[in-house]
Amino acid sequence: MVLYWIGSLVALFVLFPVVVYLLRGVLQAAESIAPSVDRIAAAAAAGSQDLDAVPLLLTTQEQVIRTVETVADYGGSLDVIVDDA
Amino acid sequence: MPVPGVILIVAVILIVAALVYYLVATIVTLRRITKGLDAAIAAVGEIVDKSAPVEEVVGTINTHLDAAVDALEGLLVKKAGLSDSMGLIEGLYPGAAAAGLRNFPASKEIKPPRIAEVYTRGVLTLARLGREAPIAALSPEGPVLRHASRASSEVRALYPNERQMRPDKLPDSPVIGTDSPVQYEEALTPGVRPRPPVSAGDGKGED
Repeated sequence: MVLYWIGSLVALFVLFPVVVYLLRGVLQAAESIAPSVDRIAAAAAAGSQDLDAVPLLLTTQEQVIRTVETVADYGGSLDVIVDDA
Repeated sequence: MPVPGVILIVAVILIVAALVYYLVATIVTLRRITKGLDAAIAAVGEIVDKSAPVEEVVGTINTHLDAAVDALEGLLVKKAGLSDSMGLIEGLYPGAAAAGLRNFPASKEIKPPRIAEVYTRGVLTLARLGREAPIAALSPEGPVLRHASRASSEVRALYPNERQMRPDKLPDSPVIGTDSPVQYEEALTPGVRPRPPVSAGDGKGED
């Protein structure tokens, strides 16, 4: 009977607070993650929008190629016109 | 029922209630996290897709620019010689000669000759006219006259003070607009003003 009493009291005053403490810690940890995940999602969406201009690099590439071709033409002409050192 | 049994039942009920409450709250929070991670993963996927061709395009651009730099460096050295090339580069971009030419490692060790000072058109005009050309007055051992960021002020400072014909303070520019101190009546005919201007506040010139 004494053990029955001890077991009941331990369950009520030790086991229950420990369970509540542990579960509360898990919940707080999970709730602290949620805002960070929301910020990560917002930052990733903004980063994706920033990359919308990437296709313009194709235009830049074409312009660079044309410019280099023009420079090469001028260089060839200068090579003919100007005497070597 | 004995009292210890009641206490045990109460303890078990409380533990189960706590488990239900906290686990349900944790599940709700984890679902919210999953939702946020799905959104983040989708956005990161977009970033990966959009940035995929960047390396190839930038690589192509760099390849063409490298070829252009190689050709121009080679042409410059071929036509002007390595030493004069460095002098020209130093004159146009002060300090750039220290970096040297990419395809000519020996260019870093060359002391660039002072062959490429660049003057403003006014200075060159004076030099051609033979009127106190400041470019002839400065010691050739001095620093390069051209300053990358304030070239005109550097050149102007070469003139003697007595040649500064400007007044110390120029008259202010006229103030125009509806709030200007002098109000002009709109002319019906270009060039013909019906009445003299009216100064704001003194009422002169009004009918």
